[in-house]
Amino acid sequence: MPVSTAASDVIYGALKDCGIRLVSALPETWLVHLIRMAEDDPDMTLVRLAKEEEGVGISAGAHLAGVKSAMLMQNHGFLASINGIVSCAQLYRLPLLMLVSYRGEFGERDPWQTEGGGVTEDLMRALRIPFAYLDHPDHVGRRVRKAQTLAYSANRPVALLLCRDLMWDEAS
Amino acid sequence: MSDAQTPMLRLDALRAVYDRLEGKAVVTIMGAVAAELQSIGHRPNFFYLQHAMGLASSMGLGIALTRPELPVVVFDGDGSVLMNLGGLTTLARYRPRNLVHVVFDNESLLSVGGFPTATSTGSDLAAIAAAAGVPRTATVRTLDDFTRAFDEALACGDLTTLVAKVAAIGPSGYVTELALLENRFEFQRWLRQSSPSSSTI
Repeated sequence: MPVSTAASDVIYGALKDCGIRLVSALPETWLVHLIRMAEDDPDMTLVRLAKEEEGVGISAGAHLAGVKSAMLMQNHGFLASINGIVSCAQLYRLPLLMLVSYRGEFGERDPWQTEGGGVTEDLMRALRIPFAYLDHPDHVGRRVRKAQTLAYSANRPVALLLCRDLMWDEAS
Repeated sequence: MSDAQTPMLRLDALRAVYDRLEGKAVVTIMGAVAAELQSIGHRPNFFYLQHAMGLASSMGLGIALTRPELPVVVFDGDGSVLMNLGGLTTLARYRPRNLVHVVFDNESLLSVGGFPTATSTGSDLAAIAAAAGVPRTATVRTLDDFTRAFDEALACGDLTTLVAKVAAIGPSGYVTELALLENRFEFQRWLRQSSPSSSTI
């Protein structure tokens, strides 16, 4: 499977460096290594979800209790979480660090990913969710840290888009 | 006293267990549950999720997993649970021993006009929770049964989903004087001050 293990390592290390102790996730291809790393980490609580929106509530509860968390999901999971993001995280001014695999952008071969890919950024802008791309290992640590810093200072959700150039090992 | 012929009132059920809520993290759904609990008396350990239907149980799970020594009570409703049935499988999967999940089932979406939910046509939330893997489930219809089952759930040290069938009667209004953000920051402060370790944040 050409999902980059090295890039997943860098991302997971960045989450650990930020003091993340709880990760909620719904599996998708690009996230498999990250989820396994969370599963194998005795200091990490991994919550496997039935639907991504649950993760908003779980992260909200964890934050109120003083525990830093992150959500791992596909951009279609972001689409499925929007009411929770608006009516829980934004309404109640809760920081939320969302790592969203950005399917359906340039290079996508799966036809079913393309429609969601086309609306992801516009929806984030419409929701006023600050986002940045993770598309090269060199800036992952810095951007994850900065995203978390803004989430906490603003008490708002922020997103990092996990891009094909980072997540997928292939020549094309 | 309610009996099988006269349906239990949610307000009476909340009053019956109100004194048990001291020292516990309490998360409620919006609407009648939030307004009625506040009418009995707000406390800093109560959080009212005034929207995001379905996520009260997920918030309870987030608190219960990160604070395993702290008892957590979620007051949910049939309409909200039906919006997040998958959440029952997540609750069961992680089985927080410190979480009591109460579902007030009035078989309707009361606050938006009382339209009947699927529990009015036979969907059984306790059976759904049990089938999802929640280890302790029950449906109660009287105040005595509710109070007894609630106390057992608190004492037993395992995840319980307790469905309380209640009348589709609520307060005249749902907006209370407590601002959403005031509630949110007060609850956060209470949760963190009640923490056994100061190493969190």
